[in-house]
Amino acid sequence: MGKQRKVYIISSGVTKFAKAHPDMDFRLMVKKAFDYAMKDVPNLQLKDINGSRISYFSDHFARQLKAASMVQDFLGLNPKDSRRIEWGGATGGQAIQAGWETIASGRMDVCLVAGFETMSRVETWKGNEFIALASDTNFDYPVGGFYTGYYALMVQRHIYEYLRKTRFANIKDEKKAQLLATKEAIRIMAMVSVKNHINASHNPYAQYPGKTTVDEVLKSEMISYPLNRPCICTMSDGAAVMMLASEDVVFDYTDNPVLISGVGCGTDTMRLADRPHEKVPLFKWENEKDYNNLKYPGVHSFRAGRAAALEAYKHANIKKPIKELSFIELHDAYASSEIQTYEDLGLCKYGEGYGFVEKGHPFLKNVDYGFKLPAKGTIPVNPSGGLIACGHPVGATGIMQGAFAFWQLQNSIKKHFGNDKLQIEKAKRGLIHSHAGTGSAVTVSILESVKK
Amino acid sequence: MKPKKLEKFREVMEEIKKSGAAIYKNPKGTEDLVILSPYHINYVHSYAQDSKFFLALAEGKLLGSRCKKCGMKYGTPRSHCMKCGSETEWFNLPLVGKVHSWTTCYFGSEEFMNEVPFNLVLVGFEGVDTLFLSRLVGIDKEDIFIGMKIKAEFKKDPKYLVSDVCFKPV
Repeated sequence: MGKQRKVYIISSGVTKFAKAHPDMDFRLMVKKAFDYAMKDVPNLQLKDINGSRISYFSDHFARQLKAASMVQDFLGLNPKDSRRIEWGGATGGQAIQAGWETIASGRMDVCLVAGFETMSRVETWKGNEFIALASDTNFDYPVGGFYTGYYALMVQRHIYEYLRKTRFANIKDEKKAQLLATKEAIRIMAMVSVKNHINASHNPYAQYPGKTTVDEVLKSEMISYPLNRPCICTMSDGAAVMMLASEDVVFDYTDNPVLISGVGCGTDTMRLADRPHEKVPLFKWENEKDYNNLKYPGVHSFRAGRAAALEAYKHANIKKPIKELSFIELHDAYASSEIQTYEDLGLCKYGEGYGFVEKGHPFLKNVDYGFKLPAKGTIPVNPSGGLIACGHPVGATGIMQGAFAFWQLQNSIKKHFGNDKLQIEKAKRGLIHSHAGTGSAVTVSILESVKK
Repeated sequence: MKPKKLEKFREVMEEIKKSGAAIYKNPKGTEDLVILSPYHINYVHSYAQDSKFFLALAEGKLLGSRCKKCGMKYGTPRSHCMKCGSETEWFNLPLVGKVHSWTTCYFGSEEFMNEVPFNLVLVGFEGVDTLFLSRLVGIDKEDIFIGMKIKAEFKKDPKYLVSDVCFKPV
């Protein structure tokens, strides 16, 4: 990347995600999150904000075109620069990077990034249809358009590549071996679901906080085999904002900003069926012979996630993420995609994602999950509870993850959550990950605390 | 007539389907007026460069495409190669393939809710570089596995949708 100015986060706000907010339209939801963020940096006045990047995913859900303009209008930011950002499920992550660009380039000194979604406006099955329209309407949607189904196809192949061929390699009966491998994966995915729900029980912004157990998750309703209900995020209403400032003005507003030290973005084919079968783009610590017989990405991995991580790590000068990152807020629309993403981000090698969970690496050290974990807390993933437990109002989601990561790095979780159970001690560097439809677009951003 | 005041949002959603409007007595203390707002559109959808594929389905043929320059073979046709950008040409896919991955959906989009449960399958064809998404019928979930041989079956009454073809066990 060429020469650029440093970009900092100075404040954030989140409207509690809920099934429905009939007392607030999208403008008021954003306004509440915005007012919260403004209150956190009293020196910042409306006149100091140079413009905005505003994100929402679906015009179908909004049923109001130019809804981003209406947010700009409602907040009193006219006649300043603004535009809408949309990139499927990665909309929020993209909006943050779009905001980053306005400052890095020198175009703005202070930029508001705001996002929202109002998914309660239709029944869940209609919502599923709107989301499935973000798949190819010639070749994918008419077959039975359902995003959970698409992710189920992906994880089934992941299970085949990485559990069937390893832990169950000795079983000759193919059908039986695959059945056992899938059963094993369902158990491990349940551990991820339990992690995220229990983490969220300390997060006042979460839509579905709760103590749950692996047994409870295993007994729940199957939605698309092998994904059951608690392993899938739900639809929500919500908004989130993030205020960004340049290196020239940041300390006018706060003495505890967080630096955005790396940005990365990757893409892949819209249709799952088109995904190529090639070689793995390697991190420095991986060898080609690690993946001798692996055809990549196929439908089992997210090449866009790997591409985004490669770019962001290079930008932030990260050599070994598992050692240099304090935590990750990861787009866990499905417990399966959380596991698949560990591998894309290089927290472990391809194929090691299931064991990574069983060993306890992505769990929080000081939280009890009801089962033994030998290597608990190496790198907490979704300390906030993630999408599975916080909810997923698409345009707000990536910014919500950013807000939680920002507060972690400010060491201000207690101030914003009312308790410090989820505060990671000495959090120095965090990663936020935003992910669109079957991995067709992924952003990775690296955030770093500044205060010594 | 004034809209009914209701305390449960689920009841509000039912009421507006009947009378068009209702007031939600929000536990937060507000009274939110909610109305029904229907939205129906008939799109004029052209298959454009993909048209030949859908016409072939009606004749019991499955078309893939092959890059004229680099030879990449697509199991779901693309008019231009994603590797080198060159134009592709049509070719007949085999009607027998293998399960590359699969799932059973018990829930879904409104349009397909009356069809659940159904199986989705990604089909792989011998010597073809990419896959094809379809439904897998005529088999219990317990009997499906990755690698099993399946064959194409075409609808007798084509709707010119990709669902004019589905797969079943050989």
